[in-house]
Amino acid sequence: MKSLLILSGKGGTGKTTTAASFIGFSKAKAFADCDVDAPNLHLLEDFGKGPKVKDYNGSDKAQIDINKCIGCGKCKSNCRFNAIYPVETGYQVNPLLCEGCGVCEIVCPVEAPKLNKDVSGHLMLYKNTERVFSSAELKMGRGNSGKLVSEVKNELNSNVYEDSEVAIIDGSPGIGCPVIASISGVDLVLIVTEPTISGMSDMRRIIETARIFKAKIAVCVNKYTISEDITNEIEEYCKNESIDFVGKIPYDNTVSESINKGISISEIECKAKEELKKTYIKTMKCLLDN
Amino acid sequence: MNIAVLSGKGGTGKTFVSVNLALASENVCYLDTDVEAPNGDLFLKSKADETLDSIVMQPEFDGDKCTGCRECVEFCKFNALAFIKTPKLFPDICHSCGGCSLVCKYDAIKEVPHKKGEIKIGYKDKIKVVTGLLNEGEASGVSVIEDVIKNKEEGLNIIDCPPGSACSAMAAIEPADYCVIVAEPTSFGLHNFKMVVELAEIFDKKIGVVINKCDKDKVDNNIIKSFCNEKGLKILDTIIYDEELASTNAHGIAALDSSDKLKIIFDDMLDSIKLEVGI
Repeated sequence: MKSLLILSGKGGTGKTTTAASFIGFSKAKAFADCDVDAPNLHLLEDFGKGPKVKDYNGSDKAQIDINKCIGCGKCKSNCRFNAIYPVETGYQVNPLLCEGCGVCEIVCPVEAPKLNKDVSGHLMLYKNTERVFSSAELKMGRGNSGKLVSEVKNELNSNVYEDSEVAIIDGSPGIGCPVIASISGVDLVLIVTEPTISGMSDMRRIIETARIFKAKIAVCVNKYTISEDITNEIEEYCKNESIDFVGKIPYDNTVSESINKGISISEIECKAKEELKKTYIKTMKCLLDN
Repeated sequence: MNIAVLSGKGGTGKTFVSVNLALASENVCYLDTDVEAPNGDLFLKSKADETLDSIVMQPEFDGDKCTGCRECVEFCKFNALAFIKTPKLFPDICHSCGGCSLVCKYDAIKEVPHKKGEIKIGYKDKIKVVTGLLNEGEASGVSVIEDVIKNKEEGLNIIDCPPGSACSAMAAIEPADYCVIVAEPTSFGLHNFKMVVELAEIFDKKIGVVINKCDKDKVDNNIIKSFCNEKGLKILDTIIYDEELASTNAHGIAALDSSDKLKIIFDDMLDSIKLEVGI
């Protein structure tokens, strides 16, 4: 099975819309949403029944036993995350700031702090007789989204049907831990950008990041009619950098109307769909040639 | 006063709102904490005065003193250390907690600076512009965000936040007196909007909502507005989608620099926020 990851750098360029349409065009039997702190792909995919939900344990969180605490303050002075604050009779931990490093445990002379497991999100697996969709949602106030992304991919890989040819993975914006976690092991990264100077600046950063992790890259421009001159600039940039430029999709009002009804673009007829289909065909060629 | 501008979903217009709020203010500090994809200065075009390294401390191992006891490797909760003849660090997953050097009995670990990114400081007229840039390949931007925030001023600070709702967004809203949430009235927009409202509430922040990219005929009736009314959330303003605006924005020209059309909206927005915060 070959896997295609969709990234963008800048948010809101159309990753999920593109992912959903590619899932429709390819009739993919395996797909995942790795944008765990702002997931949306499930809004477009109907499995007829809800997902199987599993707790996700992120980083442990320290708790201080106030009856044991002697108020020496060693935990507070050694905590690099400002997670420990004084109370009347000693110290307590703010779970929003605690990263679970365990330093408080080792510096405490009376064993008052203890690390405990913490549910910091949920893994959701949708499966029917034909398809598998792995997704997750981070609990608000919790971090470590990179580890959750890896779990989403593991869930997908351990549940796919053997005859699945492609897996399509929707990624997160930015270049940090959830993005890096999503890149590992994929066969192609499709970068969906938009013709704005912000989109272009962020595209350069995600290309650099994908290159550090030795991923093969292709680029498409969404909403290209917003600025044809910047679209040309992006196309030129890709040519100079020897990156496959796989298409440009016009801005089309029908797209957001259809998405708002929970319908993927692959299921309707519009200008954007035609160009997306061409983009899809070129992308698959890059993926399968790899 | 610190105003954080956040969104959950990317591309709803955080930078658009932050930059124009800054332009509508007199003396203000604009802080770009979207360190993975910072774009504010593409619009503000400040003259950069200085560039500072953003560093964290990470362990370095003294092979002569290390006895190979592996206590540091076993201690590290982030699996950032492996033992291959000597302890080896994976720098991009190290959280810089300092635990390994605390557990080492042989004084074999000392902490040395590791560069995570850069902080650029510049000025555009009376606006101080601080931009954080995370180096490509680095996993966590939290320390860079904290370094951006250290450069805030006494008066009005506008914090342009990263998208999402995980560690980075939390670090960016932490110092805020008020959170402006920019939402677009789409099904994706609503779902992520609900998530960040919950986040801001967990952090006990006051919230105001800007509905952006709204269809002209949906100003009085859209899914974000209905949710806000249901939850009793304050709507600061609704900005109508405008092709001309999208085009000037695409070319890096801030709305308030190109026309006076939106000036009144951002002036009012700032006044409402000040009223809400109570200054």
